[in-house]
Amino acid sequence: MIEWVKKMFGTPNSSSTAKERLRLVLMTDHLALAPEIIENMKRDLVDVISRYVEVDRDKVEVNFEREDRALAMLANIPIVSVNRPSPPEPPAPTGPPPRRRRRKKPPTQNPAAAH
Amino acid sequence: MHQPVPHEVAAPAAKLGRAIVVTSGKGGVGKTTTTANLGTALAQRGARVALVDADVGLRNLDIVLGLESRVKYHMLDVLEDKVSLDEALVPDKHSPTLVLLAAAQSREKEDVDTEKMRDLVQNLREHYDYVLIDCPAGIELGFKNAVVGADEAIVVCTPEVSAVRDVDRVVGLLGNRFKPQLIINRLRPQLVKKGKMLSVEDVNAILRLPLLGVIADEPEIIITTNKGEPLALRHEGETASAYHAIAARIAGEDVPAPEPELKESLIDKLGSLFGGKRA
Repeated sequence: MIEWVKKMFGTPNSSSTAKERLRLVLMTDHLALAPEIIENMKRDLVDVISRYVEVDRDKVEVNFEREDRALAMLANIPIVSVNRPSPPEPPAPTGPPPRRRRRKKPPTQNPAAAH
Repeated sequence: MHQPVPHEVAAPAAKLGRAIVVTSGKGGVGKTTTTANLGTALAQRGARVALVDADVGLRNLDIVLGLESRVKYHMLDVLEDKVSLDEALVPDKHSPTLVLLAAAQSREKEDVDTEKMRDLVQNLREHYDYVLIDCPAGIELGFKNAVVGADEAIVVCTPEVSAVRDVDRVVGLLGNRFKPQLIINRLRPQLVKKGKMLSVEDVNAILRLPLLGVIADEPEIIITTNKGEPLALRHEGETASAYHAIAARIAGEDVPAPEPELKESLIDKLGSLFGGKRA
């Protein structure tokens, strides 16, 4: 159906293409210009995963890749051991407790997906 | 009878003038033409304006102003104490309160002493209401020397992916100190309407800068540049008025940011009647 609509109205305007390319190129530029943000993100990511499994911090790799119309973060986090000495504790709550309790949806994709 | 010499460095202004760098990152977006026209428009309002061509090695502002035959000394002659600032300033042909400090054509950017450049702009600020600095393309030494004495920035951007990307980078480098304001240059309303060019909103959705104004891509800009007579010398016409409105906004007047209107020709109307091919 969408394809049919696209055919009806011809190819998308080149200004939309320009906008899309600009959006992606600027995301990539801004990430490249903010190495400290990437380092912090990497550290936080490893901290979270380390609560559940033991990881090799020195071999963690975080990369950004441009796919067709999106920017993806790909993290490669080697797991050393899944046997933790103590069961994982939930992170200490910060601020006032939430008014409503809602079950969080489980993530559809593992953030530690290898690439 | 004494002859008034309007271009001469007059009594110091009561307060310091404003030093504004005109920059873009990318080359060929119309920085020099914009500088010449805004300088002319500000001078036409009666302000004392000094234009500084900071593009060492690629002097062009003198050409756009039609002053190339009058340039005797350049910025480096002043920085190296060969001549006084007063001797190096070239009075404009058309606007009595406008002067130009030309760039050195046969020298290199590395020859400019950044600290001396700062002092030079400071010196000009003491005698002129506006010091407009035409920045070279790029973000290296030439850019650093052009911005060192400025306290404000105007960024010129065309509605193209590469130009917007470069302005984004330059604005990041400038930081908050220069309060950058945006001029979108060479807009073609026809193409925007057909979805073939980024619109003002598209560009500024990304850059998010205060918009000083929009200049259309008009043949009369090329023609006036050919002649060395900036378009802003005129007071009628949409594009000339746009330069004057931008100058008024720079001066702090609360006038709306000019945006070119879409003028539909008969051919366009016929074209839309039969449905033009999009690409």
